[in-house]
Parts: sequence; structure tokens; C-alpha cells
Amino acid sequence: MIRIPCPHCGLRDHSEFTYLGDATVSRPPDDDAGDWTSGSRWSHYLYARDNPRGIHEEFWHHGWGCRAWLVVTRNTATHEVIDSKLAREREVQS
Amino acid sequence: MKPYSAWSVFRHGLRGNRNWPRAWRDPEPKSGYDVIVVGGGGHGLATAYYLAKVHGIRNVAVLEKSYIGSGNTGRNTTIVRSNYEQQANANFYEFSLKLWEGLSLDLNYNTMFSQRGVIDVAQSEGMVERYIRRGNAMRLNGIDAEFLDAAKVREELPGLYADDDSRFPVYGGLMQRRAGNARHDAVAWGFARAADRLGVDIIQGCEVTGFIRKGERIAGVETSRGSIRADRVGLAVAGSTGHVAGLAGLRLPIESHLLQAFVTEPLKPVIHTVATFEIGDFYISQSDRGSLVFGGELDGYNSYAQRGNLPAVHDVLEAAVTMFPMLGRVRMLRHWGGVVDMTPDGSPIICKSPIDGLFLNCGWCYGGFKATPGSGWMFAHTLANDGPHEINAPFALDRFERGYTINENGAGPIFNRH
Amino acid sequence: MNRRLPDGGRIDRTQPVRFRFNGKEYGGFLGDTLASALLANGVLLVARSFKYHRPRGIWSAGAEEPNALVTVGTGARREPNTRATTVEIYDGLVANSQNAWPSVGFDIGAINNLLSRFFSAGFYYKTFMWPGARGWRIYEHFIRRAAGMGKVAKTADPDRYERIEAFCDLLIVGSGPAGIAAAQTAARSGVRVILVDENAEHGGSIARGAIDHASELREWASGALAELAGLPDVTVLSRCTAFGYYDGNVLGLVERVSDHLAAAEEGMPRQRHWIVRARQVVLATGAIERPLLFANNDLPGIMSASAAHCYLSEFAVCPGGEVVIYTNNDSAYSTALAFAPHASVTLVDTRAEPAPKLLAACRRADVIVRTGAVIRRAIGSRRVRAVAIENYANIGCDLLLTAGGWTPTIALHSQAGGRPVYAAESQCFLPGVARESWVAAGACNGAFDTPTCLEQGRFAATRAIEAIGVTPATIVIPACTTRGDMIPGPQPVPHGKCFVDMQNDVTTDDLDLASREGYRSAELLKRYTTLGMGTDQGKTSNVNALSLLAKSRSESVPDIGVTTFRPPYTAVTMGAIAGRKQGRHILPTRVTPLHNWNEQHGALMSDAGLWKRALAYPRGDENRQAAAIREAAHVRSAVGTCDVSTLGKIDIQGPDAKEFLERLYVNRWSNIKPGKARYGVMLQDDGFVFDDGTTSCLDENHYFMTTTTDRAEPVLRNIEYLLQVVWPQLRVHVCDMTDQWAGIAVAGPRSRESLQPLFADAITSLPFMGVVDVSYGGQTVRVVRISFSGELGYEVYAPSGIGEELVQELYLKNDSPGIAPYGLDAMDILRIEKGHVTGAEIDGNRTLADLGLARMARSDNRFLGAAMMKRPGLVDDRRPQLVGLEPLDPAQAISAGSHLVVESRPREPSASLGEISSACFSPALNRHIGLGFLRGGEGLHDSIVYAANPLGGTHIAVRVVSPHFFDDKGERLRG
Repeated sequence: MIRIPCPHCGLRDHSEFTYLGDATVSRPPDDDAGDWTSGSRWSHYLYARDNPRGIHEEFWHHGWGCRAWLVVTRNTATHEVIDSKLAREREVQS
Repeated sequence: MKPYSAWSVFRHGLRGNRNWPRAWRDPEPKSGYDVIVVGGGGHGLATAYYLAKVHGIRNVAVLEKSYIGSGNTGRNTTIVRSNYEQQANANFYEFSLKLWEGLSLDLNYNTMFSQRGVIDVAQSEGMVERYIRRGNAMRLNGIDAEFLDAAKVREELPGLYADDDSRFPVYGGLMQRRAGNARHDAVAWGFARAADRLGVDIIQGCEVTGFIRKGERIAGVETSRGSIRADRVGLAVAGSTGHVAGLAGLRLPIESHLLQAFVTEPLKPVIHTVATFEIGDFYISQSDRGSLVFGGELDGYNSYAQRGNLPAVHDVLEAAVTMFPMLGRVRMLRHWGGVVDMTPDGSPIICKSPIDGLFLNCGWCYGGFKATPGSGWMFAHTLANDGPHEINAPFALDRFERGYTINENGAGPIFNRH
Repeated sequence: MNRRLPDGGRIDRTQPVRFRFNGKEYGGFLGDTLASALLANGVLLVARSFKYHRPRGIWSAGAEEPNALVTVGTGARREPNTRATTVEIYDGLVANSQNAWPSVGFDIGAINNLLSRFFSAGFYYKTFMWPGARGWRIYEHFIRRAAGMGKVAKTADPDRYERIEAFCDLLIVGSGPAGIAAAQTAARSGVRVILVDENAEHGGSIARGAIDHASELREWASGALAELAGLPDVTVLSRCTAFGYYDGNVLGLVERVSDHLAAAEEGMPRQRHWIVRARQVVLATGAIERPLLFANNDLPGIMSASAAHCYLSEFAVCPGGEVVIYTNNDSAYSTALAFAPHASVTLVDTRAEPAPKLLAACRRADVIVRTGAVIRRAIGSRRVRAVAIENYANIGCDLLLTAGGWTPTIALHSQAGGRPVYAAESQCFLPGVARESWVAAGACNGAFDTPTCLEQGRFAATRAIEAIGVTPATIVIPACTTRGDMIPGPQPVPHGKCFVDMQNDVTTDDLDLASREGYRSAELLKRYTTLGMGTDQGKTSNVNALSLLAKSRSESVPDIGVTTFRPPYTAVTMGAIAGRKQGRHILPTRVTPLHNWNEQHGALMSDAGLWKRALAYPRGDENRQAAAIREAAHVRSAVGTCDVSTLGKIDIQGPDAKEFLERLYVNRWSNIKPGKARYGVMLQDDGFVFDDGTTSCLDENHYFMTTTTDRAEPVLRNIEYLLQVVWPQLRVHVCDMTDQWAGIAVAGPRSRESLQPLFADAITSLPFMGVVDVSYGGQTVRVVRISFSGELGYEVYAPSGIGEELVQELYLKNDSPGIAPYGLDAMDILRIEKGHVTGAEIDGNRTLADLGLARMARSDNRFLGAAMMKRPGLVDDRRPQLVGLEPLDPAQAISAGSHLVVESRPREPSASLGEISSACFSPALNRHIGLGFLRGGEGLHDSIVYAANPLGGTHIAVRVVSPHFFDDKGERLRG
């Protein structure tokens, strides 16, 4: 059981959460909406993944708890959870 | 080298089995090859075999970081089927299934491919419609399929739960009788032995640590056992694809996820066909040793650890004793995890990469085993001809950005939902 | 033959027990295991091996048992492959041998043993190939029948299992000397402790006889256990196996609660699965004795020395009269001395010079010792009769004990740690580096004598407690001495048919063969020979195999490989892991607030995801389809009500709520006014259609969204994602209201008048797509004038608590049959007649254009999915488009799941141009109709294609038409 520290609810089993995936992919700005072409930011955002063996920042949704989206830092080789914070409060990459 | 046969087993038995030759050599890597296949699982070994057999390219090395078949080939639940709805998938997996049907004789190694049938049990009316749609697509594609009503499903699966005791009734099932299962290790070993006999070097304990470049193109690989040159390098490394492709600077539409598998203690025959269920995506079959082999959904998070966690264990065992209530007292003997290379549409990638000389065979999600011969055949074709066969052309890398995804279950672009 | 000693042991002689084995009745005592009771009755042959059907007896006294597998119980309670060494007997217990026919004494399958030279490792990979896959099915049929072991029950397991979620500061696995010392230390430090042991009796080696100072240690242990039992924060569990060590310091345990009882007490489960979240763990799991190898080492009557010692001292069973003990270390000497009063004992020690003190003790006890001696072969056919010793005369015996040193039990350590470390001197693997928060103590950590075990237990607990920031207490450890040199001498090189893995019949020859054929790494070799793959998971075989290979290849053991340990440590009952979440309870059942009303009105219920929904309300002997047709027709002619409470309902509030809807939906929302509702479609990021539904504007900053039933949770989750992750600057909050509101669709030309008695004027003037909150019995009820059926219609949302009352009132105020309920089937008919799409069409692979909804999309491209919906694959003109389909023969039914082809005759294979997604008989049109997707479909109206359904054997000509079959202009719903 991966145990995830939810900033609202404390240490919880990962089965209370839904996993989405890589939280480092940057979503194109809303005004990028016309562009799907090769190498576009949208294709990268949806499909290209670093998929690292090791430290991974990822989205988890506490659906069976406070319903907050979290950004969890976890090691994909060992499953060790290193950090978690509310997605709403993370610093948005420019 | 003399072929394997009942006669050879008898003859060697009389002599105390002291003179059996090696199944494959253990050669030192040469300085260069025509083609290097990275990954000594079923797909990599099959690729090398078909390169040598079909295309006459015998100066081939298969590089395996551990022992052959050590990845998902030796960890999966061995189901072989071609019951797909999407045209591209149907064409590809049916091609593979046809290879399976002659595989043991072709390789002179008993892969124990057993066409015991795969039945997909529908547990809702909606699923009945989806299975009928899929079964009709199969039939129109020339693939065998039949729809069984609930009574016929129960004849095929004698231990199946009674509707009265269950949350969801049995509505029917889609049966593919030519589908079945096989002995996973034997597939790796059979391809290895057959490829070795055609001159392929199978090099175990040899990890790729980087790529040699000539200008922009790939000219070989750096390994834990030195540099090895080749103009064409094919990756068939499944769950390690993200890592190895990363060494070449490629970022792929792949996430590595964790899928667990389970076996029970050996039992006298009790489940005769392969069965899959709507609830929990549970699937089960019985091996020739007598163990029930089963599994369900992904653990759900990116992982390179070959071990899973209890929530998935619970889900799968709840489904097992629900579908077959007489299994309550049977014991689970082992469970383990495999690292599967998930794509955002649930279908694989077999194509040239954007880098000249580098070829990709990946994205098998949790269904790579059944593809083994077909994947090897198509990848060999792609490597030999520097481009795809018409059957693997749809499985190109650019289908994602171009919107030609091959999506069986209609889940969105989220890797762990397929 | 009675092998029970007249006194001694911890069995309760006041409580005799009768049980049956292979049809014969035997006696034992409470406290006996099946193995000890059989040995007491002189039964040595209890099983047959997996492959060669060789006769097998009892090897061990615990969970590592490779041989004595039996089927316990009968009928639905039949439990195959059960280790006789861990089954506690009770009155009426029935056990049987398995994998033998006609009997375990005379087994036809034993012919395999004579042919074993042809059945070498992996022989089946080399033959049975001709003439291909079909041929294999025939060979396989016989192979499968021969393989397997026990038989499964034919009917459902009648027993109950349960699951318990537990939390503690310190979990201690193993209650031997180390575990008890750790538990006492922890308990006195005031932390929450769980102490578990797989055996019925706590104490480990203290309780199992093979120990000096037994009485002092027992006194200490029972005192400590009594103290622990009295503490509120301490849980002590016996018969409880920690089987898996998972991430987050979570361990899975199975407690066998009532397996040892003739009848479980009321409410008592059979087994209980504990899920323990421990802050720290002490692993004190002990060690297992390794076999020494020689030819015929698998005969009944050959067992581990420690097991025999346990049977002697704990169960007062002396399984033989002429005992040979074969050892390479000091541990067997105390066993020899213990047996000496009851049997003639010869000790065969591979070492040339055992300690003089030990030899002297043997002399005093009349134990003959052969030093520097190697057993080559056991002699006997169905049980051991003698041993052949190199350079010595044969010795007759009826019991042969072997002591080959100790294998630490490091399964859990390895599951939660790095590679095990090989200790060359002790010839065993020790725990690697911990990945989770555990500390090893005792024999599993290489401490093979009691004083060290006690000290390590205390130390491990101290470290664990300090790690959680509590000051550890100190305890007094009882004084005791070491038992001698447990470091084994070298294992002699075996010759002949030696079984390394007894259960799977893997011999030393098999290992050599695999090695020779190139299956060299430990994993390949295991897979090729099946070594360690049995139900005992190689507990007694793996280390021996690795050291044999190392010796034959002149390599070190770690170079050959490390055995991997996967959970479970011992096989666990599947029912126990599932607990009560099985059968009816595998998934929760959701019912709507109108569920009782639906049932009272004869609803035929079905599952929709987790929901129970009403399909139809048949009357009399009406069938489902007839009911649906009647209900649909009734809606078009009068008024019907439908329970739509399962729709997802989301309350959306905030100053930016409208802007949010504008981004979420493809259509325009910026101009919606309070009091109005609107149909909306949303896409996924990849441009495919995600969901549709209506959203009502209650006021500028307050909206009420409905989603489809299926997508309620994914849509909500996605909305939360967008608001928290993508657009956190938007001032919007959402709340799931699905369970808070009952939903009732009221549809039909008479729907307005049917609602007037309840809501009076409030709805009279409600325009099409208008929404109004009205007061009903002091509560707010929301009425939206909206129509899925194409008739004048309303959706009424009432607080769940008054939903049923409101429907009752509605029916009370409207004379039946003027108003009638309709179910999902009728709703489906009504919407197909109108060409409205639903889950059957929105399957995740459809674009707006596919669904005929392209014109809904705004041109500003500022909505979700706008970028990716323009990709070539999504605008490809070969994509199938939504069409209506009419069979040329109006009475001919067509079915969803059929494919559309141009070939007029059934032909396989044949190119599919699309498929039928929904179909029904339309009462309004008096014909069968369907919706489907057809390549180029919008341009093919009026042409003929064929609905191919090879599975159902039909091939039906259909005309392509507009999907809007009925009231194309929508005049009825605006009336």
C-alpha cells in the first residue's frame, strides 16, 4: 500500500485516490487552441512522457476523501513517497 | 544439430540424458552486427528469428540485460487471442494467432499453445451489445467468433457463480475457440534455440547503456560488455522502453505501469477454457501444471518495481471467488508484478523511430504475449525493409499527434485506463 | 502401531479426538496436528509426489512441509493441498491422500517413477509437437489430468471470511525467543504492539523442543505472554501468518480463526485477513532446517531432525524405534540425546571431529556416533529400512533424521528489502538492506542460538521504538546457554537419485541437465526444472540447489543467483483475502430514492454500473418488450414518469462559473440567462466527445449541471481537475449533488396538467428550456422544462428524502391510467425515435461531427478539446457518421452490434462500413428502426446497405435515413 500524506486528511492508503499521471507536463495556454500539428504543445502535453525510473511528480485525486487534486512526488523504482502538496497551491511553471 | 522429438527424448533417456546438447550458445559479443535487437524477451528473440529465417539476415545479436525471458515474457498470464474489434488490431493479432498455430513445429520446441478457447463473459446488457459488435467485426474480418447465451457460458465454465448468489448476472459471452494459452517460458526458449541455430548471437547479461551515433543516425550501442556496432538497432524492451529510448533522447507516448498476476496451488482440472469477465477485468485460466493463473486491472500508478500492492490483490481475489465461488478454500501460491508499457490508446507501436537506424517495438500494454510471433515477424520486416509491412503500418508513432489512435475501449488519452 | 509415549508433550490427554484418514478412523489428542497424530498411529506413507508418484511421508513439523499434502474436509468444505503438519485435529476431522489412484498405498501413477529417465526436466518441451496445435490438445488432455494435485470442491465455499484494518506502532512477526523479547520491550515502552505467530503455540523454538534450558525459558516466555495479553495496547495473535510485506510498511496477515475447531462459534469467521499499517516492524521469523542429500532421500520415514525433535517433545510421539540421525552440525546432538531414552540411536556426522563434549554426552546416553561418515543411499521401497554409509556397514533403521543446517526465513525481509546477502560460512542467505522500516532479529538474522536471539529481539525493538521517538524500556533476559555450533559442515556431494525439491520431484540429475543445456542462471534453471515452484515455494530446496550448482560449476553461490521471494510467504486462502467483498457484495449497490416505489409498481430492475434501474413496468403477463412499447406509446399519447435520479448532478457556484462552462462545453454559454437551461456537449482533451447533458442557470453565479449516469464520476473528477490544476484562478466551486436529489422525468402531452396539482401556477408559464425552483411542502423542488423523449416534458428534481412522497402525490393527483411509469427501455425507444445520442453512441471514439453535432461547436476555439479535434484522424472523411436505419421490411427487427456492409449476401470476410449502435421497435412509426454509424453516412441517405450479424445469422437490408425519425421539427416538445 502506498501511503500518501494528504494535506487535508493526513496519511491515507493510495486506494482512496485516483491516479492521473505525470504532473510535470505543461498544458498549453488556452489561446493555443488552433494548433495540433507535429511537435505541438498539445501533442506533447497529451502524449509524450519522460516516464522516469526514479523521482516522478504526479497527480493523484483524493476522490474517497477531500476530493483535492494533489501533486505527489514519488519514486517509481521504489514507490517511496517523498512529498505531496495540493495541486491548487503548487507554483505554476512559466 | 538433431531436432527434438519423441525419439530423441527416448534415445537420450536410455543414455541417462547425459548427451543433450546446449539449447543455445552463450557467445561473446562481436564488434558489430547487421542488426542488433535490444531485449531478449519473446518479442526480441522472435524478431531475431524471423530476421534470420524470413529475411536471411543472420548476422544478428540479441542483447539481454538479465536472462532471456526475464521480463514480461516470463511473468504474464499467457493468453493468446485475436478477438479485437478495431480493424488494425484484428489484422495484426489474427496474423499473430496464425503464426501461433504452427509455432511449435516451426521452432521445433513445444510452446504448448493450447486452443482451449477464450470466452469473454458479459455481465451487463451493455456489454452484450459491445461483445456482439466485436464478434461481428471479428467474423467480418475472417476471425472465428461465436456468441454464447448464459446457459452455454455455464456449460463452458462449470464452476461459474449462480445468478441468485451474485451481484451481477451472466448475460452471455463472446467465445473465440481458436484462442487459448501457451507456456510462456517455452516461447522465449523456443525462439532462442531456433534463432541460435540460424546463427543469431543471444547475449545475456549485456545491458545497453547508450547509443553510438554517426552524425544523426544510430550506429550501434554501448553496453555493459563494450561497444557493439550496427546500422540498425531495434528496441524490444517493453517496460524499459521509456528508459532505453531516453538514452537515445526520445520521449515516447509510453508510461510504465504495474500489472500483477496470481497463481494458485496446483489443482486437478477445473477451469477448461480461458475466461475473462466484465467485473474487475478479471481473467483466469488453468495451466497444464494445474495452477489457476489469473489477474485483473493495473495497480494504476507509474512503476518500475516488479511488485504490486494489496488493493489490486484484493480486487482480483474478490473477483476470483465471486466468479468461481468454489475457489474460496483454494490457496493463492504466488503473486508478482510485471512492468507494462502502456500507450495512451492501448495499442502498440512497431515502426521506425524519428532517429535513423533506430526502430521501435513497444507499447504492448498488458497484451504483449499473444503478439509475440506476430510482433517479431512485423518488426523483422520493418528492420529488414527500413519500413513497415501493411499490417503494422497503422501502429506508427505519429498516429497519436495525427489522431489515428487505435482505441478498443474508448477510454480517453490516459495511459492507465486502457 | 502406537508410537505415542506414555507421558509428556503438550497435548491434552484428557481430550481424546477421533479423526479419519484415507477412510480409516484413528485417535489422537487435542493439541495434535494431523501429522503428529498420524505418526503417533504409525502412519508414515501419507502422500504421493507430483511427477513420479513416489511414496512420501512427513518431512517437517511446520509450514515448510514439501511432502505431506492432503485434502482436508469433504463436499463444499474440501480443502486440497493442505499440509498435514499445520492441520490441528478435531473430532470428526476427515483427511485424505491426493494425487494417487486407486490408493496412496498402491498408486498406478507410480509407473512414472519407473519411466523417470524419459521424464527428465523439460522433456515436454522436446516432444508432443506433431502434428501441430491440434495434436497438442490431445496430448495435453492426458497431461492435464495427470498433473494438478488435490481436487477443488464442486460447490461454493459455505464459510465466512472477514477483513480487518489495523494500525500499530510496532508489528512483530514471529513469537520465538527474539519476538517475545521484542514484544516485551515494546509493550513496556508503552507503544501499540501487534505480535503474531503462524503456529498455534507461541514460543517458536522454545515451544518446539529443540532447545536447552527449556523449562526456564518456557517459564519466562509464558510469563511474558501473560503480561502482553493483559495490556490494552497489545494484540497477540496465534495461527496468524504474515504473508506479504507491501509498500508503506503495510503487511498482509491471515489468521486462521476457526480451522482448528470442530464447529466455529456463532458469528466466528473461518479466517480473518489483517491489513496492518505498522510504523515499525520487527521480523523475527526464525529458520528452517535444510535437508542433507543422498539417494532416495525422499522415502517415508526420513524427516528433518528438528521436526522429529518437535514431535518427540511437544506431541510425545517417537516416530521410530531404530533411529539414524544424519548431521553436519551440532544441532542434531540434542535431538539424539532426546531420542536415546526411547529408541536405539545412531548418529552419523559428516564432520571428522565433532566437539569431544558432544561425543562424551552421546557415549553416556548409549548413542552410537559415526564421524566423518557420509550416507550414500537410503534403502527401502515404501519406507526407509536402512541406510548405506560410505566406508561403513549398512545400518537398519525405521526413522532417518537429517540435520543439514539452517536456512533463515527471509521471505518478508526480501519482499521489503534489497538482495539477500550470502553468508558463506553459515551457507545461507541473510536479510539484505531494509527498504521499509523493519529490523531483523533472531534466527532469520543468522542468530542460531537462544541467547543471541533474545538479545537481538530486545535490541531490534529498542531500535524500532527509538525510530518512532519513544524511549525504550529495558527488560531482563533469562539466562541460558548456547546449544553448540550451528554452523554446518560442508554438504557432501550427493550421488544417485537425490531429490533436491521433493514436492516437484526435481533431482540432482535434473539440475545438471538444465545446466548442461544452457539454462544456467538460477531463474532459468528454476523455470526449466520447476525447482522451488511447488506449494512449499522451495523453502527446503532452494539453498541446497544453489549450493550444489555452485559446487559443480566451481562458482560462488551468489554468482549462481539469489532466490527471489514473492508474496505470499506461505500460500493463503483466497476466500480470506476477499473477505466479505464477494458474491453479492463484491461491489456496492446504489439505489435511487424512488427504488421502493419502482419495486412496488412492478419494475423489472437491472444493473447500470452500480445502480439498480427500472427497465420496464410490465403488467400482467406482458413481457419486457411489450411493456416498453406500451410505455413509450403512452408517453406520446398521455403522460409518463421515469426515474432519472441516477443522472450525475453537480452544483456549480462562483463569479466565474459561466466562464467555466464556456470553456468546458463546446457550445455558447456566455449568453445564458437565469431561469434558463441549455443542452451542452463536452470533449476530452484529445478532441473526442466526452459527455453531454443539460445545465441550468439558477442565477448569474449559480448553475446546476446534469451528466450522463455512466460519466457522472469522471466528469466531476475532470471538473475538479480543471478547477484545481488548470484554471485555479477561476473563482468556482463545485459540489456533487447526485445523491442529494431525486430526479423524475415527466413527459407527454399531458405532462403540464399532471404537474399543476403539485406546483400550481409555478410551472404553467414555464417556457421550453426554462427552470424554476418551487416550494413543495416547505422544501425546494427544481423543475426544468426539458425533453429527452421529444414530448412536452419536465425534469423534476426533489430532495432525496421527499422524492418518493412527491411521486406518490403526483400519482394520487392524477387518475391512473392517465399517468404511468416508463422505464429505461421505453426511454431508449423514445430517444431513438428522436435520434438523440446516448452512451451507446458516445463511446469515446466519436467526434462531434460523427454524432451530427458539429454545428454546436463555437468558432472561437476556446473550449476544451478544440485544438485536438481538428487533427487529420478526427476530420477524416472516411469516419462513420450518425445515420438512421430502417429495415426495408418494417416488421423485421435489426439489432445493435450488427455491422453495415454493402454486400447483399452474407459473406465473411467482408468490409465493415460501420455498425448499428441502437435499435428498437418504434410504436410511433409502427416499424423497427435503428441508429448507427456509416462511413460517409450523411451523404448516403435513402441508399440501401445491409445489417450484417454473422453471430446471429441475420443479414438484413436497411435503408439509410435521417436519424431524426419522429417529429423532426420538434413541434411537440415546444407545445
